[in-house]
Amino acid sequence: MSIKLNTRQVGDVSVVDVAGRITLGEGSSALRDALRDMVNNNHKKILLNLGEVNYIDSSGIGELVSGFTTVTNAGGQLKLLNLTKRVKDLLQITKLYTVFDVHEDEAHAIRAF
Amino acid sequence: MRDSSQPATEMIERFLDSTLESVDQAEELALDMARRAGFDEDDLMKIGMAVRESMVNAVVHGNRYNASKKVRFSVTHHGERFSVRVQDEGEGFNFESLPDPLAPENLMRTSGRGLFLIRSFMDEFQMRHAEPGGTELVLVKYISK
Repeated sequence: MSIKLNTRQVGDVSVVDVAGRITLGEGSSALRDALRDMVNNNHKKILLNLGEVNYIDSSGIGELVSGFTTVTNAGGQLKLLNLTKRVKDLLQITKLYTVFDVHEDEAHAIRAF
Repeated sequence: MRDSSQPATEMIERFLDSTLESVDQAEELALDMARRAGFDEDDLMKIGMAVRESMVNAVVHGNRYNASKKVRFSVTHHGERFSVRVQDEGEGFNFESLPDPLAPENLMRTSGRGLFLIRSFMDEFQMRHAEPGGTELVLVKYISK
């Protein structure tokens, strides 16, 4: 499996631990479906832990943007945690790094909601 | 008699199916040759991503997953020059019509960053209308000393 998602609750924040590849196909669609389901189930505070994401392509970046828009439009917040160098570099060159609220510490990220 | 001072050329060419599996296959072929050519890990990441983005464009946007259409894929290493050629059999498109993904009004679009990333990661990039149809991308990266 190219992507693994594990969701856990820390108070009222839903932390999604993402591992593997967020690429066109299975990876990007799995992330899209997970975020959509969470919004539909009224989860408004979502923290994507990308510490184990070893690969992301432009489609994966598109899904992060789409997820951000979906959650925000539903009145929620989506934040990012533990970006690997690859993901951080990609978000920076596509000028998306400042769009997201990015954290390196989970406890700090939880408090930021 | 071969002049031993001239670098050897290695070239691979494949006609790949219009599937996402072909994207993986092309990436692997390119990275195998790029490793042998001596690129470092950072450049390998960039080459891999550029090849993936090129192949996705060919499979998804050019050939539209059409099983009867192929993607012509080749990788060539000659001296310090490493090049990748990706050609689809699609209808082609107006290169001028591509929106700038970095423009503020486009920043939150969910697609349209592929070509930008290819340009960012490779040293040279050419995009042209292929004959008799489709689009051809040529990506070049030089091995830094």
